[in-house]
Amino acid sequence: MSFLRRGFATAALLGALWMVVASIVVAVAMSFATGLPLTPSVAMSLAWGAALAMAFLAARRMGGRPALAALLAAGLVPALAPFGSLSAGPAVSAPAAGAAAVLLSCAFAFPIRSILGGVAPGPQTRHVFEAAVIRFLTGFGYVFFTAIVVIPFYVMVMTSLKNQAELLQNPLDFGIDLSKGWDLFRSYAELMTDFNFGSYLWTSFYVSVLTVLLTLSFSIPGAYAVARLRFRGRKAFSRSILLIYMVPMIVLALPIYIAFSVAGLRNSILGIVLIYPVTTIPVALYMLQGYFRGLPAEVEEAGLMDGLSRLRVIWKITLPLSLPALASVSLYVFMIAWNEFLLAFMLLDDPSKFTLTRGVAMLNSSEVPRQHLMAGSVIATVPIMALFLGLERFMTKGLTAGSVKG
Amino acid sequence: MIHAAPTPPEGRGPLARREARLAWGLLLPTILIVAAVVVVPLLAIFWISVKPIGLADLRPPAPIAREALRGSGDELRIQYRVRNSSRSEIVSDVTLSDILPPGLEARPVDPRCVVDGRSIFCDLGDFEGGRRETLDFPVVLSGDRDAAEEAAEGSEPVLTGSADNILTNLEFTGENFARVFDGDEFRSVLYVTLFYTVVGTVGALLVGLFAAMLLNKSFRGQGVLRGLYLFPYVAPVIAVAFTWVILFDPFSGSANALLVRMGVAENAINFFGERPLALIMVTVFEIWRYFPLSFLFILARMQSIDEDMYEAADMDGASPFQKFWYLSLPQLLGILSVLFLLRFIWTFNKFDDIFLLTGGNAGTRTLTVNVYEQAFAVSNIGAGAAVAVVIFGCLLIFSIFFFRVMSREEGL
Repeated sequence: MSFLRRGFATAALLGALWMVVASIVVAVAMSFATGLPLTPSVAMSLAWGAALAMAFLAARRMGGRPALAALLAAGLVPALAPFGSLSAGPAVSAPAAGAAAVLLSCAFAFPIRSILGGVAPGPQTRHVFEAAVIRFLTGFGYVFFTAIVVIPFYVMVMTSLKNQAELLQNPLDFGIDLSKGWDLFRSYAELMTDFNFGSYLWTSFYVSVLTVLLTLSFSIPGAYAVARLRFRGRKAFSRSILLIYMVPMIVLALPIYIAFSVAGLRNSILGIVLIYPVTTIPVALYMLQGYFRGLPAEVEEAGLMDGLSRLRVIWKITLPLSLPALASVSLYVFMIAWNEFLLAFMLLDDPSKFTLTRGVAMLNSSEVPRQHLMAGSVIATVPIMALFLGLERFMTKGLTAGSVKG
Repeated sequence: MIHAAPTPPEGRGPLARREARLAWGLLLPTILIVAAVVVVPLLAIFWISVKPIGLADLRPPAPIAREALRGSGDELRIQYRVRNSSRSEIVSDVTLSDILPPGLEARPVDPRCVVDGRSIFCDLGDFEGGRRETLDFPVVLSGDRDAAEEAAEGSEPVLTGSADNILTNLEFTGENFARVFDGDEFRSVLYVTLFYTVVGTVGALLVGLFAAMLLNKSFRGQGVLRGLYLFPYVAPVIAVAFTWVILFDPFSGSANALLVRMGVAENAINFFGERPLALIMVTVFEIWRYFPLSFLFILARMQSIDEDMYEAADMDGASPFQKFWYLSLPQLLGILSVLFLLRFIWTFNKFDDIFLLTGGNAGTRTLTVNVYEQAFAVSNIGAGAAVAVVIFGCLLIFSIFFFRVMSREEGL
């Protein structure tokens, strides 16, 4: 360990590893953006990164700015040199290769400058070394998480804008031809006209809203009782809520399927609206009772002293105080109902009554081109994402309060 | 004078009783509906799991009839074709009753039937499986034939009959459980379930811990990144699962094209179609989709850790890794253990993700997927229910553990 803590060794180690990260990122990003073949080489990246970072550390004695400028200039080499960390195939044009080189140089130089922030040549304390390693890990973490989250959604959106021939020709090329104008959205138009997606959107929307309303009307009184009122079996009750919340849906789905078949509720929106709230009531009750417990009981007691009945206290005092919690719970329940797939899949067979998730599942067949499947996925994702981004504060609170239901 | 010391009232006073009554009143709707949709199905699962029942048995055997006006003139007759909907089960005490539309009058011919003007009632006795019978009644027409025909065919005859319903009779079998516990298959299902659950849970926790450490500082864009990292969890499972399937498609998937081009792989890899790769991919998907949850919880806990402790550690010369190992981690142990147990249970229960990614093929059939597979793919509802009973048993064991830890770590 003490060898690694010498300034140059630290710089070489972190520089080498960071160059690997930078090369892969630039290669993947260029491929996904333009479809051009760029190949990162791990061995070459390690060598170039170590060399450049050590040189940078030495040059920094002359001053920070010139050293950074030199690093930026030198950083162009690994992408262009014959034994570079990033090799471009013959198909890559000179401007594209140049762009890749500039990208790589920036993706290496700026992070390396901050990673090696306090590191000087010569032996370093454990603090300096670990801080540098942590800065490296932090940088890597941001790149890693952003990539794994963004790539699938990017692929989803871009695939929905292409046609079958383009997709088969070069699966890596996600660049889009803007000159096509509105024609880019053809999959969406076809889904709306030929596949009835407009009506699925509406069905999903009102089923989700009804689910939220029904869930709240059952869980608010229940949560209040569990949180505030003293009665025998209160503890057992709040435990059994959690227990029920753990029963897997597939176990319940089977008898529900049988009961609905016998009762003729299969293939009806009524059946779906009856069953969704029951899956969300335990969660909502659990979340709300936690919140009600946190409210000061004194305010309610003052209301009781002044002659309000319990129900009036709930209506006039508790509910207005818990509006933020109600918003969180509503959003969370809306999300569960909107995303619900299993019950809709098992209980609905009639294409005129599908919810959105059931409609997307219908698109998963070999006869439907996959840009349609992806366009359907985008249609299902965008409303819930818009809601989530607009009300993120409530949503994150709802998720944290809503325990860990998956 | 000695005054008796005031004593608190004993037992439950009227006020306490009223409060308890109100509580039960408020809880009653929830209890009823949850009982109807959770408890009853759970009991039903136990019942079905010991019965020999297939998907086709869901519709109980019943008599069915079709009505038609046939012939013309003197030959004009009303015809009922009666049959048993089941090919194997007997339907006993079948009766048929119908009222003919105005303008038609029937004459009695069949000794089993009572005909009185426009009304017909027949007692047809028992129908064994697959039996069909045609009943003809000569009728006298007064009025338009087409209108009468339409009216006659529009009015359904009423049929009654009692059949043995497999759902409610007392025929039991141990076959379902024998089938579920059948040697090799059960062992492989159990192994897949355990791998998926343990690796998926631990992976999501570790990745979530890493993400939480990244965001446990305030900088510009922290909120944006936090929102972004929650995307996998918030998006509908069906959308992200299909995106993964398309991204990793062996023929035209981008991931394969990228790997081949970068020289990592020689040929396209069938990520979701090969053992054991499919299981690994399904687990990776699970980690990808659920790390946001653990990250959110761990971050909330981290932000409530007292800063003073770190300052004290700084004074004592603790290095960043030491601070993490000796200060942060012990503080997070509580939430980590609760998260582990909860996620363990829910990953164990997970069905949608695997079902959408592989459909349970290529060695990814977990217990939950097995329920679906047995009940719907093999059309053996009884066997599906038996698997569900096994799942429920495991769940009970887990929840005992869970409540032990939960009471220690109250306050999640």
